[in-house]
Amino acid sequence: MTYEELLTETALNDDSFIVMTAENRALVRNIPAKLGNRFIDTGITEQTMIGAAAGLALRGRIPVVHALASFLSMRAFEFIRTDAGIPKLPVKLSSFIPGFLSDGNGPTHQALEDIALMCGIPNMTVFAPADEDDLVKMLPQVWKHPNPSYVRINTRKTDYVHAPFEWGKAEIVSIGEDVTILTYGLLFEQALIAAEVLKSEGLSVGLINMRSLKPVDERAILEATRESRLTITLEDHFQTGGLYSIVATVLLKHGLTANVLPIALNERWFKPSLLPNVLQHEGFTGKQVAERILGYKTFFTQPKMAVPEFSE
Amino acid sequence: MHQTQINRLEAIALNVREHIIKMSTDGGCFVGASLSAADLIVYLYSEFLNVNAGNLNDSNRDYLFLSKGHDVPALYGTFAELGLLEKERLQNHLSLNDNIYWHPNTKIPGIEFHSGSLGHLPSVAIGVAMDIKIRGGNNKVICVMGDGELNEGTCWEAALVANAYKLDNLIFVIDRNHFQANMATEDLLPLEPLHDKFTAFGAAVKRINGHDFEALHEAFSAYPFEAGKVNVVIADTVRGKGLPSIERRADRWFCNFNAQEVDSLLKELHGEHATQLTSETLVVR
Repeated sequence: MTYEELLTETALNDDSFIVMTAENRALVRNIPAKLGNRFIDTGITEQTMIGAAAGLALRGRIPVVHALASFLSMRAFEFIRTDAGIPKLPVKLSSFIPGFLSDGNGPTHQALEDIALMCGIPNMTVFAPADEDDLVKMLPQVWKHPNPSYVRINTRKTDYVHAPFEWGKAEIVSIGEDVTILTYGLLFEQALIAAEVLKSEGLSVGLINMRSLKPVDERAILEATRESRLTITLEDHFQTGGLYSIVATVLLKHGLTANVLPIALNERWFKPSLLPNVLQHEGFTGKQVAERILGYKTFFTQPKMAVPEFSE
Repeated sequence: MHQTQINRLEAIALNVREHIIKMSTDGGCFVGASLSAADLIVYLYSEFLNVNAGNLNDSNRDYLFLSKGHDVPALYGTFAELGLLEKERLQNHLSLNDNIYWHPNTKIPGIEFHSGSLGHLPSVAIGVAMDIKIRGGNNKVICVMGDGELNEGTCWEAALVANAYKLDNLIFVIDRNHFQANMATEDLLPLEPLHDKFTAFGAAVKRINGHDFEALHEAFSAYPFEAGKVNVVIADTVRGKGLPSIERRADRWFCNFNAQEVDSLLKELHGEHATQLTSETLVVR
């Protein structure tokens, strides 16, 4: 099932759902014809869209709103914080092309602080699915929950079949004694490759999909950092305020420390290009991640990656 | 409008102004903006809006969103006069034991949404008006904005969206008191010709004297002004209205008066004499 199919079905079955967009229709092309006046396009007005979504939520609606991640999380930040966060209204944010998924757009479109910003809003919940399967598994619970939510939309298709979504829980693929990779979003695909490379080099490797970032699965973080000699936080986000910071907060809260290597964008934006080139250039392919952990080059061949469809 | 009705509204408004003046001490409040909006708010709750103590959770009630926020003492004063809020609670202004502070919040029954950050509630009101349209309801939605607030770009975004969605169940009311925090609006970002600006955005606009109940009644009785068009009422008002010693003064925005000044201002409100003010305006912005 695709994102659009799920959203269409959900909205057709429950007329409290309103689908909104700030003229970002890539994810909802066929929805206007199906929902009629329950589809609202406010034009390129992220702030007004969020305010209107709050007004609709006041009247008992569940607005699912769409905009590009950088404009939704930053241009409309204060509206999200003030109009959805303070009154705890169920405004459901679908954030399009977050992180590396903005590939060729350039730094204006690179949402690399969205998780930091959204996690900082009381009442907000934050999710980053690994692929379309993960996305459609989490959304029914995310949309039914009474709190506002921010989802890093990721509609990439992979062959991986995810475990059922549990609120506030990570998906623990495995725990390794030598190294455990904590990651979320599209880099899960690369983490799977990295884990294979590391295993073929003889390491005991763990992998955890941190699909729920707020609420975060503290137990998964504690388990990984206790049972593994090295923990990696792998994310397409600034190093400040993302998973690395979340892990640090959880460890400190429990009076613990750990050997954690962050792989993130440290105080910089990334070089714009098509997604496979971006990953290669920035050192985020599975092979590169594994080699960074190992400290030496391998003979492994990185598999070819599909270029995302041009969407905006 | 019958003269007895006008007299009744004027009596309520006078009481509301007394409440405002009494809230302008022990920490103070945005007294100038509250006094400019007082007649408007009294009129809307007394004559126009289907809102009362018995229907605050009824989805068929009308909605008023106070976007400028600073004028909330006028709203609380009106609530107290119309039986939506116990009058004694106004003495709890800024007390930790109540929720009556400088900006509106929904812990006070009758407040539809919190405000304080300017340019937010036009869009929230749009969402409510949209839902009413989708459901085929007849409720009216008002959003009261300050003229200074119109500096915010989101007010104009909202005007575009309200026009696009033909929200003729929505009324933007501009409290045109000609001042913003520290100066006259026209000395900073000129707003005039304001009527033409909203007309150009596709709204049906009326401009009236916001202290004249007859004019208010004539304007709002014409709702909806034009089918398919968002309604705009530009209410020309006077900042500090009712207190000649602070009227139209750029330096009388947020005031924290001492007890003697409050006593004297209450007398001034009733036409006795002008007050000698020594308290300085606090600069909050």
